[in-house]
Amino acid sequence: MGCRESASLARKIRVQTVRMIHRARSSHLGSAYSMADLLAVLYGRIMRIDPKRPNAAERDRFILSKGHACAALYAVLAERGLFPKEWLEDFYLDGARLAGHATHVGVPGVEVSTGSLGHGLPIACGMALAGKRDECGYRVFAMLSDGECDEGSTWEAALFAGHHRLENLIAIIDYNKIQSLGSVKEVLDLEPFADKWRAFGWGVREIDGHDLAQIEETLARVPAEANKPTCVVAHTVKGKGVSFMENKLLWHYRAPDREEMTKALAELGAEE
Amino acid sequence: MRGAFFRALLELAEEDERVHLVVGDLGFGVVEEFARRFPRRFLNAGVAEQNMTGIAAGLALSGKIVFTYSIANFPILRCLEQVRNDVCYHNANVKIVAVGGGLAYGALGATHHATEDLAILRSLPRMIVVAPGDPVETAAATRAVTSHAGPCYLRLGRAGEAKIHPAQINFVLGKAIELRQGRDLTLISTGGMLGTATEVADMLQYSGVQARLLSMHTVRPLDTAAIESAVRETGAIFTLEEHSVVGGLGGAVAEFLAETWETPVAFKRFGLPSEFSSFVGSQEYIRNRHGLSAKAVALAIRAKLEKVQTLAAIATV
Repeated sequence: MGCRESASLARKIRVQTVRMIHRARSSHLGSAYSMADLLAVLYGRIMRIDPKRPNAAERDRFILSKGHACAALYAVLAERGLFPKEWLEDFYLDGARLAGHATHVGVPGVEVSTGSLGHGLPIACGMALAGKRDECGYRVFAMLSDGECDEGSTWEAALFAGHHRLENLIAIIDYNKIQSLGSVKEVLDLEPFADKWRAFGWGVREIDGHDLAQIEETLARVPAEANKPTCVVAHTVKGKGVSFMENKLLWHYRAPDREEMTKALAELGAEE
Repeated sequence: MRGAFFRALLELAEEDERVHLVVGDLGFGVVEEFARRFPRRFLNAGVAEQNMTGIAAGLALSGKIVFTYSIANFPILRCLEQVRNDVCYHNANVKIVAVGGGLAYGALGATHHATEDLAILRSLPRMIVVAPGDPVETAAATRAVTSHAGPCYLRLGRAGEAKIHPAQINFVLGKAIELRQGRDLTLISTGGMLGTATEVADMLQYSGVQARLLSMHTVRPLDTAAIESAVRETGAIFTLEEHSVVGGLGGAVAEFLAETWETPVAFKRFGLPSEFSSFVGSQEYIRNRHGLSAKAVALAIRAKLEKVQTLAAIATV
């Protein structure tokens, strides 16, 4: 029953996001779609947040380290009522509230601004450490791209979190296997990826990042291993949800024209 | 300065439980007492300055006052983007402390010379840049940056500098401290050159020149009111810093002078050339080789003043 709810929210995220990116003529639709199902489960089923009190001390924290995919984050925050959906309409345009990378200024629900890769996990470690030492019950979820696992700072933080046993920290890797200039395998192979996280002291789960039931089941049972931070390696498909965008590097960059948007919305079962 | 900093930090940690110390695996012999007395507020992040700075931002965004601590360029340049994005952009309550500002680690080589830090840090939005001149200013500055809600950079020298201020001082961020009154020129010093600056003022006095001496412990925001008075009342401005002449105190003062006065003000920057120093040796040795001994500075000031007077005399002929 949770899955139906999550599927509906994921669909709304994808519909809003394609409209936003089309209007803005911006990019990163493929990166937004690969994590849309993960976001839907997090914001619909897992995270303890109160849209009316976005800064409540006990809230779970979410950090979108892959800040370029922010359109999907803004969409889910608007769907959850953190700010009006009208804000999505001028995303990225002159004078808008919502910038083309995750921006916290004046945007309820965006914990930190990101955009330069490799910044999210260290900040998440700091927040998790504060929560652990202060014995607050909140969890910190950080969504990372596979590409940003090229960054040394990500591994500095991975080493730190394992050493300090930050069991209130959950890193989710949107492992869509395509980065800026090619496939992860060609550019800088991360495999054996899950083993790397295990070796750094994390409890690791590998899941299908589009299987809503599996996502929920996994995220509902964290930490995956006692006294360890959790890494969820979510195998995903770049551009997931629209057939002609799936697994295509092009959709890291391209903004859909009107015709492409119409086709995408039809596949998503929505009107233009 | 290092001892004065840690003594002040321990007092502050005693008074305010938000105070945290995060170090980058440096501080042997000086961080242990903090770690022992406040174990839940101490953290050694390891040799990983990017993560150290991100963690500091995360702790600060969770309500803490976080000091990061390392030496020379390590807590600022290695992780400059984390300083800019994670700390400054989020107005995170992080105080970055670098020991070894300038040439304090002279003999360790150019990798350990922190000689562009003031220029780089003062260009970051929201960053308060403080370079105390002696242990008395250091203790006061540590307290002042703790009270300021937002990013600060505290550039310290080494251990064992002499006290220049005889007694307690009134220390306000962004307000220069006048150590000597004078009408003939103003010498503005920042950081560990304050001792040299007092010697320069003494030497000038022996030759009948009355120098006003300002300790510009805060490079950003700059005390422009003090500089304005100095120009009106003394006519000539000299800056002294253990830093590249590009963009530091001298650069900041030059920017202000150039935009504020319609006619040129007699002005000279004393600092290091924008080069990697090729000299091996102690702090004092390298300073001297770059013309930063008190004697060399005093002579250069005299030469500049004479040139200005000669030009003025020619203009009136």
